[in-house]
Amino acid sequence: MLASDDDILREAQSWRETGRAVAVATVVSTWGSAPRPVGSHLVIDGEGLFLGSVSGGCVEGDVVAEAIDVIADGAPRLLEFGVADATAWRAGLSCGGHIRVLVERLD
Amino acid sequence: MRLADLALLNAEYDARRAVALVTDLPAKDKKSSTQRVVRAADVEDDPLGGIIAEHLRAGRSGTLEHDGREVFIAVRVPPVRLLLVGAVHISQALAPMAAMLGLDVTVLDPRTAFADPKRFPNVPLLPAWPDDALPAYALDAFTAVALLTHEPRIDDQALVAALRAPCFYIGALGSRKTHARRCERMAEQGFAQGDLDRIHAPIGLDIAAVSPAEIAVSVLAQIVAARRRKPMRAAACLGA
Repeated sequence: MLASDDDILREAQSWRETGRAVAVATVVSTWGSAPRPVGSHLVIDGEGLFLGSVSGGCVEGDVVAEAIDVIADGAPRLLEFGVADATAWRAGLSCGGHIRVLVERLD
Repeated sequence: MRLADLALLNAEYDARRAVALVTDLPAKDKKSSTQRVVRAADVEDDPLGGIIAEHLRAGRSGTLEHDGREVFIAVRVPPVRLLLVGAVHISQALAPMAAMLGLDVTVLDPRTAFADPKRFPNVPLLPAWPDDALPAYALDAFTAVALLTHEPRIDDQALVAALRAPCFYIGALGSRKTHARRCERMAEQGFAQGDLDRIHAPIGLDIAAVSPAEIAVSVLAQIVAARRRKPMRAAACLGA
């Protein structure tokens, strides 16, 4: 049920322990037909390598870009994506859902 | 997120204990948030204890408002296991269906002619008596137990162990009459009515299932409800 996300958090720990810069992105709320449930993770390293998903693939690019900034300044960010968002055409959810994603640096 | 917190989340997971990461989400104009790890054993000491406990029980993450701030409760719970007692025809249908639901299935039966890998390809088998195998298997709050042998000598050993453990689901195959006799035997072992009320019997939701596969569907639906529904509604729905 939760195996893949659990593996992702284990991987995040091992990335950090081997000295890589790491950000963890987590779906904190969804509205409408969001593709990934609350609690889903995407982990990103300083090189932009990532594992897991917070959507069906539609917003991962933007989350990874934000994660690079979070890794740089250490301040967590709460991102919103959805059809009502101004960025919808660029990074919207084709399914018509709305999600919020917390991105934080692993310190 | 602190690395030490993440390490604790992973360690609790490996020990098959539920744990929550509670985050005060950053407000729109502020770039900060605070975070704490709450282990299942410490949940009562937390200001949001009751809410966190319910999230842990249901294995569900979510947000809520508290003191004018938005709080995110991320739960990390161990993989849910299903122990099938009885390597019987129903178990042959149940095992692959349960795997599709993401349950870690194990089949126990001391009768080696039943607990045969040819009958259960790719399913972990315990060809042993419950009294011998269950101490190592370690029944816990994230384990469901289905008693399916129709053999009190086998089922009862597993039932005693399940009633002594915090298993979130216990189901037992057999008619109401069979179950009444089962309850008498358990009462003789010292179990109270409250313990016996935990047993779902006859097993499965009443969908008039006939075939082994249909019975498997009814059992799995009951397990999903026991896991996911809120306790009040579960009582009404499960009719346990």
